[in-house]
Amino acid sequence: MASVTDRPADGSPPARTALRWDYAPAPESRDAAPLKPRYDLFVDGAFTAPQDGSVVASVNPASEEVLAEVGFAGPGDVERAVAAARRAAGPWAALPALERGKYLFRIARLIQERARELAIVESLDGGKPIRESRDVDIPLAAAHFFSYAGWADKLSYAVAGRPHRPRGVVGQVVPWNFPLLMAAWKLAPALACGNTAVLKPAETTPLTALLLAEICQEAELPPGVINVIPGAGETGAALVRAEVDKVAFTGSTAVGKEIQRALAGRDIGLTLELGGKSANIVFEDAAIDQAVEGIVNGIFFNQGHVCCAGSRLLLQESVADEVLHKLWQRMQRLRVGDPLDKNTDVGAINSAAQLARIEELVAAGEAEGATRRTISCALPEQGYWFAPTLFTDVAPANRIAVEEIFGPVVSVTTFRTPAEAIERANNSAYGLAAGVWTDMGSKAFEVASALRAGVVWQNTYNKFDPTAAFGGYKESGFGREGGPSGLLPYLKVGA
Amino acid sequence: MRTLDTMSRRMISVDRVGADERAAALGKRSIKHDAKRQGILLATSMVDLTTLEGADTPGKVRNLCAKAVCPDAHRPEIPSCAAICVYPSQVATAAAALAGSGVAVASVATGFPSGQTSLDIKVEETREAVAAGATEIDMVISRDAYLTGDDRRVAHEIEVVKEACGSAHLKVILETAELPTYAHVRHASQLAIDAGADFIKTSTGKAATGATPGVVLVMLETVRDHAWRTGQMIGVKAAGGVSTTKAALHMLVLVNETAGKDWLTPEYFRIGASSLLNDLLMQYAKLDGGHYGRPEDFSKE
Repeated sequence: MASVTDRPADGSPPARTALRWDYAPAPESRDAAPLKPRYDLFVDGAFTAPQDGSVVASVNPASEEVLAEVGFAGPGDVERAVAAARRAAGPWAALPALERGKYLFRIARLIQERARELAIVESLDGGKPIRESRDVDIPLAAAHFFSYAGWADKLSYAVAGRPHRPRGVVGQVVPWNFPLLMAAWKLAPALACGNTAVLKPAETTPLTALLLAEICQEAELPPGVINVIPGAGETGAALVRAEVDKVAFTGSTAVGKEIQRALAGRDIGLTLELGGKSANIVFEDAAIDQAVEGIVNGIFFNQGHVCCAGSRLLLQESVADEVLHKLWQRMQRLRVGDPLDKNTDVGAINSAAQLARIEELVAAGEAEGATRRTISCALPEQGYWFAPTLFTDVAPANRIAVEEIFGPVVSVTTFRTPAEAIERANNSAYGLAAGVWTDMGSKAFEVASALRAGVVWQNTYNKFDPTAAFGGYKESGFGREGGPSGLLPYLKVGA
Repeated sequence: MRTLDTMSRRMISVDRVGADERAAALGKRSIKHDAKRQGILLATSMVDLTTLEGADTPGKVRNLCAKAVCPDAHRPEIPSCAAICVYPSQVATAAAALAGSGVAVASVATGFPSGQTSLDIKVEETREAVAAGATEIDMVISRDAYLTGDDRRVAHEIEVVKEACGSAHLKVILETAELPTYAHVRHASQLAIDAGADFIKTSTGKAATGATPGVVLVMLETVRDHAWRTGQMIGVKAAGGVSTTKAALHMLVLVNETAGKDWLTPEYFRIGASSLLNDLLMQYAKLDGGHYGRPEDFSKE
């Protein structure tokens, strides 16, 4: 770094020299998050080694270093966990609702107390910037427990006074992009409604769910109410086929369809939160600078590993050049690198497999004739990385315009009229989210009401709140999470 | 009676929620170690060390000038401030004290802070300040004209004062606390630029709020877009309320990530402040010594 000034030896005023000012590395200390060498299954209130499973290393995707060994559940372990949840279900449902709420409040507070540790582990295990795990994932996870804690003794308001009871044992399978937050989304409403749960965290990111299990112990949650069984796809497949009363899955559309087939014809509740290819629509009367921020937040937040990422950018032709110029300039300022650095904007890709998928789709985009622009930045030697990328000259039929990339890659197309924007946005197998950018309120509401997407953000993107329902249309799944509607899948109503 | 066309104001939309969110996010950049050290030096070099009190005397102004030239005698690596900013009546004193130092003499003018005087008086005041040695003039826009939609009068006053400045640089104060929305901040910024401002400045320091991060962000976006469009670089001065090192470093981050590195020089970014300088010095000393000094260890002037 150049010095600001050099003061001449003769005592005359310092000459002003050009300065290159950059932020020094500001890594969050790992000392606040001491990991154990080994984490086991959390079944029936205790950590136990897998009986017919395996032990697998959990790897830091930013460095490929092994963080800890984790017990993966085998089929017998899954049965054991479901049986524990079954034993706990009756007493848990019989507990006064206010008492159930108190446990959830306790968990929420313990998440806050251990927030720093959880944020560090989330970034280590998943590769996301500490800025996001610290400011988004962990606070929102706590917020979900707080919000649903308050619902526990007010369920009749969510069902308009109809009789209701818990479903029983729920099997929950969560993805690797928001490991703790997705666990909170699933567990908090399930427990508030009086169910017990078996949670399977994702293969590549089991650690924070296991820390949450520690928190359950600390909160003296009755054994069996929450069970955490890490594992790969087979474990999840075994769980959804086990003796559970309801299944909640967040993940890929392909797996979601498989689960739906497996549960067909049985009286098992199912909610699916699947993929997306969400449209972010910028009209010419939008506040352009804020729209550019929203585009960046929509697609580069969490490296684009977001099911509702604004991966299809629809620009009104009259402002397309200006938006693209500003977006490209803004992208240059993204700081890609060490997830633990507090100034990092874009972290590591979650796994080698995901990186390969992103690379494959980006190559397909180039082969199909789209124009690719990737920011030039130094990427670490170790670990899995993909620099933020922008595709223009994209035809709506191109793979990069249709398939979910789940990475920091945005595909841009243009439109001329609001009707065309709506048609283009709805022209997708998915329907999870959308963004509408305009300074005109009437247009915002008109367009939003015509979009077939579970969430429509107006003049913002990727805003989450425990009181707001989240879920999809079409192949993005069904059922809602968050808010009072997030309680319904966990209740038998009118019975 | 004004003709109809003067009433039609074409504004560029600015979303307050989004702008504030972005500005606040940039306040979370972690500036540590050498980045903090260099940032403090850079911020010091951008300070327009200001005294705008009825009680200002030649003695106080001379003391402040000495402080601006050499903020900390024990740490020669700390650069001089960019300028001293005073009322017109103190310009001659400041100019004499600063001769040959490289520190500029800035003077507020045009009926500062309210701007509620006639244009003739504004021009005369500007001429006097320049004649007395001011090389930078900080004028205020007529908010009464702006708020009634009379952009033509606002622009005209800037043009006339600019002419009276001669070779002196003109900073145009928008007094953003008195403008209705961020869209108006953006609009007034462009109006001032088009009328000849060399710098656009947030505030007088006499209103309820000053250089809030959101306002500075919007003004930086305006000068950045203007440069993209025309190739001409206009400076930004954040004044009012920037009194801590943390706030000053936040400003530098806003500049760095909005307008870009080209603006990270006293030529294009200034911080108008009175108490900021000592906090910068104390924070710098803390980097060296590991502990905060006592306020009384640093001269107020």
